[in-house]
Amino acid sequence: MTDATAPSEGIAIRRPDLSPARVRRRYAAETRFKTYGRLAIAAAVIMLGILLFSIVGRGWTAFFQTQIGLDVFLDPNEIQIERNADGEITDVDGEFRSLVNDALFALFPNVEDRTERRALRNLVTRDASFELQAAVEENPDLIDQTVRVWITSSDDIDTYVKGQITPIETFDVVGIATPTGTSGEIEVLTGANDFANIANEVKARLAELSEDRLAASEAAGNAAQRLRDDLAEVREDLQEADAEDVPRFEERAARLEAQIGSLTAASEATARDAEDLRARSVRVGGIEELNNRLPSYLVAINGGLVKLTAVGPARARGEVLIPLESEVSAQPEDWTLLSYVIAESDRRVKDNEVAWIETLREQGQVQTVFNTKFFTEADSREPEQAGIWGAVVGSFLTLVITLTLAFPVGVLAAIYLEEFAPKNRLTDLIEVNINNLAAVPSIVFGLLGLAMFLNFFGLPRSAPLVGGMVLALMTLPTVIIASRAALKAVPPSIREAALGVGASKVQTVTHHVLPLAMPGILTGTIIGMAQALGETAPLLMIGMVAFIADVPGGFTDAATVLPVQIFLWADAPERAFVAKTSAAIMVLLTFLIFMNAMAVILRKRFERRW
Amino acid sequence: MSIQEAQETMTDSGISDRPGSGHDQAERPVAFSNEQPVKIKSRDVNVYYGQAQALENVDLDIRQYEVTSLIGPSGCGKSTYLRCINRMNDVIDGCRVEGKIEMDGEDVYDPKLDVVQLRARVGMVFQKPNPFPKSIYDNIAYGPRIHGIGNSKSDMDEIVQSSLQRAGLWEEVKDRMDTPGTGLSGGQQQRLCIARAIAVNPEVILMDEPCSALDPIATAKIEELIDELRQNFTIVIVTHSMQQAARVSQRTAFFHLGILVESDETEQIFTNPKDQRTQDYITGRFG
Repeated sequence: MTDATAPSEGIAIRRPDLSPARVRRRYAAETRFKTYGRLAIAAAVIMLGILLFSIVGRGWTAFFQTQIGLDVFLDPNEIQIERNADGEITDVDGEFRSLVNDALFALFPNVEDRTERRALRNLVTRDASFELQAAVEENPDLIDQTVRVWITSSDDIDTYVKGQITPIETFDVVGIATPTGTSGEIEVLTGANDFANIANEVKARLAELSEDRLAASEAAGNAAQRLRDDLAEVREDLQEADAEDVPRFEERAARLEAQIGSLTAASEATARDAEDLRARSVRVGGIEELNNRLPSYLVAINGGLVKLTAVGPARARGEVLIPLESEVSAQPEDWTLLSYVIAESDRRVKDNEVAWIETLREQGQVQTVFNTKFFTEADSREPEQAGIWGAVVGSFLTLVITLTLAFPVGVLAAIYLEEFAPKNRLTDLIEVNINNLAAVPSIVFGLLGLAMFLNFFGLPRSAPLVGGMVLALMTLPTVIIASRAALKAVPPSIREAALGVGASKVQTVTHHVLPLAMPGILTGTIIGMAQALGETAPLLMIGMVAFIADVPGGFTDAATVLPVQIFLWADAPERAFVAKTSAAIMVLLTFLIFMNAMAVILRKRFERRW
Repeated sequence: MSIQEAQETMTDSGISDRPGSGHDQAERPVAFSNEQPVKIKSRDVNVYYGQAQALENVDLDIRQYEVTSLIGPSGCGKSTYLRCINRMNDVIDGCRVEGKIEMDGEDVYDPKLDVVQLRARVGMVFQKPNPFPKSIYDNIAYGPRIHGIGNSKSDMDEIVQSSLQRAGLWEEVKDRMDTPGTGLSGGQQQRLCIARAIAVNPEVILMDEPCSALDPIATAKIEELIDELRQNFTIVIVTHSMQQAARVSQRTAFFHLGILVESDETEQIFTNPKDQRTQDYITGRFG
């Protein structure tokens, strides 16, 4: 025995290398490794921060809504109230929209032009009549009175009030201003050269525009040159071409020539335009014409508002947007010179609308309130009326179906596979396929749902029933895998203990294994549900992407879900939907965070140690 | 009882008539000739895990109201044999048991036998204390409850109390019956497991290295307890400690490489072993 372990003569004893260099290297490696980890986490946190910041920054305004206060005369001739025998109101009907319109027209009596009147009507939402009707239904005693009703503004006005359309700048003025009229086209004269600033600004802007034009002209010229090269090649080919190919080449050459012609013309026109603008920008003094590609400049004087169309240093011509009270001269502190910085052609809210809303704001007829509609209404074509409640209810109904299908089926499958099934090729195959199913793209489940549930079984389209079934298919593998992992994590000693005292297999599972595995199973299920809540693609296939303006009342009603609503709004052209989209994402994220927090709490709460 | 008599006993039960038995009866290490009746009789037990054979032709008699200890080096098959008695091997995939194990003349591996009832008659205590993650009360009450004993609350209280008393744990836990069993110390947990096993009043208790995870004081308590329990139960204990085998058991069986080398009264085994391998093992030459 001793012979075997004794060191032989020839073999040197090798001791561990304890040199400081090795220690330093080891420490350096450890520090490096930790640093990589910290960097990775920092990157993740920063990304998350940026994501949340951009979503919240863009979306928070959607939780508020602008309202316009209108003094509406509730004309009894226009409103019909039906009462039943007991005197209770059964129906309220009437020309509410025209009452709202009348109230709006009364605010700005000078607006007579048809287009302008339409713009004025559109300060408030298209559904204003319903809001007024609701107010009357709530309190019928108001009829025959003039009451202030707060009507939701249109989405563009709302966006403007939230400061997303154009900033307004004010210029200092020193001279005494005198208007030459109170309405129509007037001139404003000033004692000092108050308009010179504007003229300079305009000239600077013209110079910029001129450069843009020049660049555009050059680009067009270059494009024309490339086409000319192509044309030369085509011509060469034409000379060598066979007789039968000649017409084809000729046709091509003609087409190229036409293109070159139009491009050259465009390039020249733009160049002339640029030269014009440049000339205007360097001209000294004189009257400068304004147009809608430049910022809008306005003079607020004597309670009215003049939009300038041409400016000189000391005089400006303009159109009256809000009539002036008088033609008297105004002291410098009594008049102001404004600029709507974004050019009128680049924004959806025009100068007259800005003027109206600013006037209303000064009169206290504009307020921003919490947007309850966003949380109580379904989708709408009008952004100001669109809400998320329909999608929330749709998501809830869908998840109810998903849970009732996926949870029992998944848990039972997991229990059978983990505790009862013999381990053989068949169960191996099943296991592999369950794992594969978890990796199948979700849209494939959508196609399956379309083919099976809609086409074969003839279930209703767009319904939470079908959506829930499809999502249940998608969630099942997650639930099964999580449940199996939870069951596997229950120590075998617990099973042995139960079997040892004579519990049957089923008793062992139901009395001991399942209660211990339940937190894990619930966690897995909740995470699967959260995944289902955020799923869009399979639902597109079964028609849940339709525009649904009603809150669904049951499992077979047409509905949409939160992520699909986000998808729809992100696709909508109206500017106001940008904020709605982000707000809806916030709502969805809130639900997801809530569900994941539930999973964590459940795990912490019911975790048993053994 | 002489070897001759033992052979007759076997002939009576028809075991030697088995066809294909390649052993000469006289060479068999037939166990324990003494007064107590045989409780569990194993003949020609072979156990396979998949392809590997874990036990080879084990013939062993376990007598009533005695402590039989199974000793041998690791991997020799003593735990495997123990788990054959209450068919705990059934739950292991790929485990196959051949041969005959009889308890009171009843074939344990009879397909018609209900394994749940068998385990109600043969309790088991494991190497690592494994109380249920429930209250102390529920740990004890679980077995009686699923076997339909102690249907009234007072009955059950009595069963729980007497089981804990017999396991020597009552005084230590009587004031905290609602606290989880997993909160007890290791030795207390193991006595709780013993109390859980005796709560259903089995005929046989199997113990698989019950003290290997415990300190010497807890071990001493358990050994004392085993000695007391011998009055009412037939006990089979697997142990690595030869001192423990010598202290608690009346009979000892020595396993080596899946073969039952020798089995006899404990005193005989430790003072006068017949087989050289037994001699080597108990003197510490190997294992």
